[in-house]
Amino acid sequence: MDFRFTAEEEAFRKEVQAWVKAAIPQRWRELPTGFWQETDESWQISRQFQKKLGSRGWLAPAYPVEYGGAGLGHIKRLILAEELTYQDAPVGIETEITVNWVGMALQHFGSEQQKKDYLTRIAKGDIVFCLGYSEPNAGSDLASLQTRAVEKGDDYIINGQKIWCSYAHFADYCWLGAVTDPELPKHRNMSMFVVDMKNPGITIRPLINAIGCHSFNEVFFDEVHTPAASLVGVKNNGWFQLAMALDFERSGVQTAAANKLLLDHMVNYAKANKRGGKLLSKDPILRNMIAEMAIEIEVARMLCYRIAWIYSKGGHSNYESSQAMVFGSELLRRISDAGMRVLGQYGQLAYGSQRAVERAAMCRSYIASLSIGVGGGTNEIQRNIIAMRGLGLPRK
Amino acid sequence: MDFHFNEAEKKFRAEVEEFILEEMLPGYADKDLYWPGGYGAIGEFEVRDPAVEKLREKMGERGWLTMAWPKEYGGGGRSFVEQAIFFELLSYYGMPGMDVSTLISGPTILRFGSEELKSEWIPRIVKGNLKFWLAYSEPNAGSDLAAIQARADIDGDDLIVNGQKIWGSGAHVADCGWMVARTDMAAPPYKGTSLFIVDNKSPGITMRPIVNINGFHSFNEVFFDNVRVPKKNVVGDMNMGFYYLMVALDFERLVISMGGFRRRFEDLLNYTRNTRRNGKLLSEDARVRAKLAQLATEIEIAFLLYYKTAWMMDNNLFPNIEASEIKLVTTLLSRKLADAGMEIMGQQAQLWPGSRHAPLSGRFAVGYLDSISAVIGAGTSEIQRNILAQRGLGLKRK
Amino acid sequence: MDLGLNEEQEMLKKSAKEFLSKECPKKLVRELDEGDSGLSRDLWKKMAGLGWMGLPFPEKFGGNGGTLLDLIVLLDEMGYNIVPGPFFATVVLAGFTLMEAGSEEQKQAYLAKICSGEMIMTLALTELDGTYLPESVETVAEAKGDQYILNGAKLFVPDANVADFLLVAARTKSGADPAEGISIFIVDVKSRGVKVTPLKTLGRDKLCEVVFDNVTIPSKDLVGKLNGGWPVIKSILRKAAVAKCAEMVGGAQASLDMAVSYAKERVQFGRPIGAFQAIQHYCANMVTDVDGSRFITYKAAWTESEGLPSDLEISMAKAWTSEAFKRVAVLAHQIFGAIGFTMDHDMHLYFRRAKAGEIAYGDADFHREIVAAQLGL
Repeated sequence: MDFRFTAEEEAFRKEVQAWVKAAIPQRWRELPTGFWQETDESWQISRQFQKKLGSRGWLAPAYPVEYGGAGLGHIKRLILAEELTYQDAPVGIETEITVNWVGMALQHFGSEQQKKDYLTRIAKGDIVFCLGYSEPNAGSDLASLQTRAVEKGDDYIINGQKIWCSYAHFADYCWLGAVTDPELPKHRNMSMFVVDMKNPGITIRPLINAIGCHSFNEVFFDEVHTPAASLVGVKNNGWFQLAMALDFERSGVQTAAANKLLLDHMVNYAKANKRGGKLLSKDPILRNMIAEMAIEIEVARMLCYRIAWIYSKGGHSNYESSQAMVFGSELLRRISDAGMRVLGQYGQLAYGSQRAVERAAMCRSYIASLSIGVGGGTNEIQRNIIAMRGLGLPRK
Repeated sequence: MDFHFNEAEKKFRAEVEEFILEEMLPGYADKDLYWPGGYGAIGEFEVRDPAVEKLREKMGERGWLTMAWPKEYGGGGRSFVEQAIFFELLSYYGMPGMDVSTLISGPTILRFGSEELKSEWIPRIVKGNLKFWLAYSEPNAGSDLAAIQARADIDGDDLIVNGQKIWGSGAHVADCGWMVARTDMAAPPYKGTSLFIVDNKSPGITMRPIVNINGFHSFNEVFFDNVRVPKKNVVGDMNMGFYYLMVALDFERLVISMGGFRRRFEDLLNYTRNTRRNGKLLSEDARVRAKLAQLATEIEIAFLLYYKTAWMMDNNLFPNIEASEIKLVTTLLSRKLADAGMEIMGQQAQLWPGSRHAPLSGRFAVGYLDSISAVIGAGTSEIQRNILAQRGLGLKRK
Repeated sequence: MDLGLNEEQEMLKKSAKEFLSKECPKKLVRELDEGDSGLSRDLWKKMAGLGWMGLPFPEKFGGNGGTLLDLIVLLDEMGYNIVPGPFFATVVLAGFTLMEAGSEEQKQAYLAKICSGEMIMTLALTELDGTYLPESVETVAEAKGDQYILNGAKLFVPDANVADFLLVAARTKSGADPAEGISIFIVDVKSRGVKVTPLKTLGRDKLCEVVFDNVTIPSKDLVGKLNGGWPVIKSILRKAAVAKCAEMVGGAQASLDMAVSYAKERVQFGRPIGAFQAIQHYCANMVTDVDGSRFITYKAAWTESEGLPSDLEISMAKAWTSEAFKRVAVLAHQIFGAIGFTMDHDMHLYFRRAKAGEIAYGDADFHREIVAAQLGL
């Protein structure tokens, strides 16, 4: 066993840290940032930053060099992801979805033409995909989706409604799941498409989230034409492709790093502030609680490191990704809750308020953490996966 | 709303307290290791103590064991709140008295039994010297009680009972089994099960002891081999037993040793006030204080639920959902009280009763093991949550 | 980064698993748990034959020259099988103390016999208040010529009932700093004035009360520097904490395995209970606790093995694992239901060990305080 990074990896971490610090514009440090909090301004900053990252091959570091990647190994990618989040760089859920979900699926199932068309542009930060999975009646039970794609000539005609589509109003393409043969049983009736968001017939309606930001959208498809060539992989094979996509490396180290950032925040606050004439850091209850959070972060980080390590050995993760996701996301809630307790009255001050602490990061995280563990498969579903795939418990 | 006890209730509380202090069996409360919520350290499930029998008879004479029953059946004409006060105090002082016959079987007979059944059994229960054991679970029917396979076939005026029951706390010291068995194998379980009373002395019953993790023999496996039970012992209508069983289970879930929780908490509180670690009283340690405050809050919640159920009974409301709620809350409290107590007492906590240095007679160590049974017996916490979600909140079963 | 075991460790793990499942069945565990001594001489001899007692000690004392991490791998398996007996006390508590502070002669005389399995030893540290702080050491060793006279009482001393020799932490000087003035002595259990009384505990491990009444110790049996015992004890407590974590990781893994296989077999409501979401989610929580405990423990052990500062890592491991094993054992009991509440069932053996392990060498609150200090709070 060796829990250390190699000297070369440590040097890489330093390089990333230095580069990121220099590359983040000052304005970013003044905005309320974090997942599901994008504004027009923060989105623009993010996109520019991601192009800069792309030009170094660091936006999609896992991609082959010919598609704009850096051909970085698993461990360095882990370090890169960890540092980007820990330095609070302008990379968000859109990067994860576009680069790691859609891009990886395209690499595995896409045609040569599709790879050529999209991968390099993804890696350069030129295009962003939103997800078209959930529907009003297909949440955890995604197999119940009803959006239809009917083949007609050289096109598919799409009709239906998607919901919870984060940043769809900014996205260039939609990574859409639609039923292509309703006669077939669920799980064998769906195909994946790349749909250009500029297509006529697409209407976007904003949904304001609990933080008060416009990130979610309802997206309506009314007789939307998409070329037959935009179907990815094999027709009616979408479910299989989706299931396979679960196996793509996803360490989830970003959540662990985000947690660490919040921990630093509360530690600093506790060291510098008094309540009832006593430094918060000297309060035994708060010390105990903060220590517990630090320990949990260590556990979370190990669960994420394990995934990168498994892949670096040429293996595949089974239930481990779900495990890291559940643990990390729920930890974000516990940490935000603990942070709010440390901040006391000040915790409730929203961004823009006088005396709000650190751009009200804790307050925003407290609310935003509600949605963690809901998007991308609820933690209940993830736990089912751990139990069935990891431990072999029966489905019925 | 009025959260005060009224004058009559206060007077009754004082009367009961006086009785208890006078009649308390010497040394009994010190020896008895019962843990509130648990099933595995109840002295009365292990041995039959003549002194306890006599004490129960004294309570019976005062009409206290069945005080809230209608007068014509030997009840004391008192309210359920008063009964709750009585049991609160009994459990606070570690006095025996709470019992299957008066709290589970008796009320079920009163509700569903024929007049003949009532006249035969109720007077004996009122006196306080008839002990029942619960013959519900089977090896393959635990949470899923509908899966029971023990059967009772009609033969003239008798039922012929065959099958096996398990757990049956205190079966070996009881007089009668309070049993469910299939009486119509063709019908679905909830339409083909009957509830009846079976005399422990009937030929064909054999028992095998099961020792629980506290080292107590409270559990039993009980085998029925062509056991004859008079048909008149059937409670209510034949084949309706599953329905009665659900009600009997609610009665069981309402049996809470409220005073026991308070007493053990007070013990712990006093311990922290009298014990120093690193020169400092434990009661001055912020983390200890936080744990105690949390427990005190949860005990208060349990206390309110406890009296709410009694108040409901007094107002002719049957606390069906509340039975599951209070069962869930107090059994989790049983675990938390033991767990927090163990954490507070540190190294000493692990000392078992009998060890010279065992704090609070080692009760918390026993409770720590025993509370495992609390969240399992009378329907696991998972079953209670299902009931709360389905019956209580109307969430669909499928 | 390499999060896997090396080849020798994998082999050790495999052979330990095979050996223990054969030689330490639950029947034996129960007998030893319920009996007074807690020691099977037969099992002890066989374990010594495999070189386990000398695993982390240098070859020149008859050891295997392994690392703390190697020992952790073994303890993980021993915890899986809840192997009773004085292995932990002898190897971890006494062996490492001698290794760190003993003179060459003491190592030859004692450590070598530990390695060969001929000697059982333990460390008598904690006293009436049960804490692992220097203030709690009140047992006094008074110098008298070339001897010391030992008086006091120790509590919660593991396996003193079967030990041949004790290492005793005693005060040799009193002053403002309680950590100064503590020395360690080797005491023959058969010495006049030593009285050992086993305590009945929830964990059914053999903790003892040891009373010293004017016990005479020759000066040569001082281990390490006079008044310099506490730094050694601190180092041993670090190793003991992480070693205890390893046992608990194994115990948690066993609890999980047992519960999962039961959930697959036990049918209620017409299907295996493992098909119910409530049970699946319990199991998912358990496996995360088990995996998390294993990583944080192995990382701590690796850090200590590498000679890096390990206070933070070890306290994190002990705080987390203490509570994680408890959570896992409680959920496992919940899955087993009533059958798990019976003496004949194996589950309670683990539930008991979880509590004992949580308490030993600092509970979660104790270690979280260390973590808080390390965070600069």
